[in-house]
Amino acid sequence: MSEQGQAVIEFENVAHGYGGGPLLSEVTLSLAPGSFHFLTGPSGAGKSTFLKLCYGELAPVAGRIALFGQELDAMSRDDIARLRQRVGVVHQDCQFLDHLPIADNVALPLTVSGRDADPTELRELIAWVGLTGRLKSLPPALSGGERQRAALARAVIMSPDVLLADEPTGNLDWEMSLRLLALLVELNRMGKTIVVATHDLNLIRAAKAQVSARVLRIKDRRLLLAGAEL
Amino acid sequence: MDRLNRVAALLTGDSRSAQVVPPSGSAAWLTVLAAAAMALLAVFALALTLATGRLAERWSGALSQTATVRISAPQAQLEAQTKQVLDILAATPGIASARAIEPAETRALLAPWFGPDLPVESLPIPQLIEVTETASGFDAEGLSLRLKAEAPGATLDDHMRWRKPLVEAAGWIRALGFLALGLTGAALAAMVTLAAQAALAANRQVIRVLRLIGARDAYIGRAFVRRFTLRAFFGALAGTLPGMAAVALLPAASEAGGFLTGLGFSGAQWLWPLAIPLVAAIVAFWATRAAAFRMLREVQ
Ligand SMILES: Nc1ncnc2c1ncn2[C@@H]1O[C@H](COP(=O)(O)OP(=O)(O)OP(=O)(O)O)[C@@H](O)[C@H]1O
Ligand SMILES: [Mg+2]
Repeated sequence: MSEQGQAVIEFENVAHGYGGGPLLSEVTLSLAPGSFHFLTGPSGAGKSTFLKLCYGELAPVAGRIALFGQELDAMSRDDIARLRQRVGVVHQDCQFLDHLPIADNVALPLTVSGRDADPTELRELIAWVGLTGRLKSLPPALSGGERQRAALARAVIMSPDVLLADEPTGNLDWEMSLRLLALLVELNRMGKTIVVATHDLNLIRAAKAQVSARVLRIKDRRLLLAGAEL
Repeated sequence: MDRLNRVAALLTGDSRSAQVVPPSGSAAWLTVLAAAAMALLAVFALALTLATGRLAERWSGALSQTATVRISAPQAQLEAQTKQVLDILAATPGIASARAIEPAETRALLAPWFGPDLPVESLPIPQLIEVTETASGFDAEGLSLRLKAEAPGATLDDHMRWRKPLVEAAGWIRALGFLALGLTGAALAAMVTLAAQAALAANRQVIRVLRLIGARDAYIGRAFVRRFTLRAFFGALAGTLPGMAAVALLPAASEAGGFLTGLGFSGAQWLWPLAIPLVAAIVAFWATRAAAFRMLREVQ
């Protein structure tokens, strides 16, 4: 667990680009434990890129990034793996193993860290995201929204300190989006640090009614803390 | 101990870590088949190597033994010629010692053929002289000529001369056998590396996902290493056993049969081919591991 008050995610003058010029630059921020942030910006602004920098799938071209007070730069590959066990991620494209049923996919973070999933807890978790009927289905057989909910279940199964969700409601109807938001709020009340990338301003408004969420906006390659105008 | 446990875990339990990589279909059998073929070849190469080893040992053993000079002359001249031959031998460089064999010894040598009561003295049995050469050896041709000139009844039986090239040939065949064994192992390593690379490339997305959810490289590598190690082991076993059976079915080695019938394994040598599946497994383990870690480094 992170010490009280110590930033969970820290960026200092971070820049990134995929080769064709910079995409993000001079990104400096610090997310406190237990905070709830939304990340917005036009499509292609670099929201997914920002989240990938957070869990080390991408390395910054400049600046430093630290999680739980540890610099990603100085971490070994095994350190990164351990870090990812503490950071739950809902990927925009979900990223499942298509040959394993949903239940096994959800339990996968436990499996790869050498632990067994408690069958009851696993079933409860899957019920929590409303997929009880789909336990044995293979990922390709699920709808986009079902996959996103399964991805959320997988992201929280390790009870991570941080949850990064990339467009988790992209394929959900409004009602389902609100249910998923309720799940995120519940996790936040349990003390988890949450970052949600989304286009959905209605979702942000709905969240602000329930928790003190702040909004980060990517604009002109910079990351800004948005004001109250949202 | 830790290493041993890891190997045990690799081969027995933790099939769930193997499950995270999808089953690989019919191409898997190619690895098994190739390992079986290599193992079969390795058994034959091993049989050849061990047999020529034994042969070379036997022949070079005979070489370090004594040569013989045989003197066939009328009884009256025998003693004089024997003395003369011994003098010549004593003066020949390269000869450590020469000794006339006593009639009693000759009788003992002949006993198996003629029975113990052989009256050696009354028979025209040649006098034998045992010659032990020094490490540098002597000039057999020159000695033969000298003997012919000075003791007409004496012949040098230099059987060791014609054996020398044979021992050399056996040494060569043996070296070639080792080379063949080494090449078989290298070919297996190359084949497993290619197959493992293909499997890793085909599962790139799986590896990416595993990495993203916090699997360590060792964990991901293990799923592949386990597969290829087991395939190489059982494939090699499936090639080794028929190979050993084929060697066992060769006609039995006999003293008279010489080289060709001596090709099998003898005694404890039968344990050697059993090492082939183990070596194949070790080769596959390292080849797959190297291929896996090389590829994993490319996946953030
Ligand atoms: N692997 C990559 N190689 C090259 N360019 C990339 C790569 N990934 C993303 N990009 C580019 O970087 C930019 C930002 O991508 P990113 O996925 O971070 O955007 P985003 O804000 O998440 O967009 P969206 O809202 O559509 O998900 C895009 O222009 C994209 O084309
Ligand atoms: Mg995105």
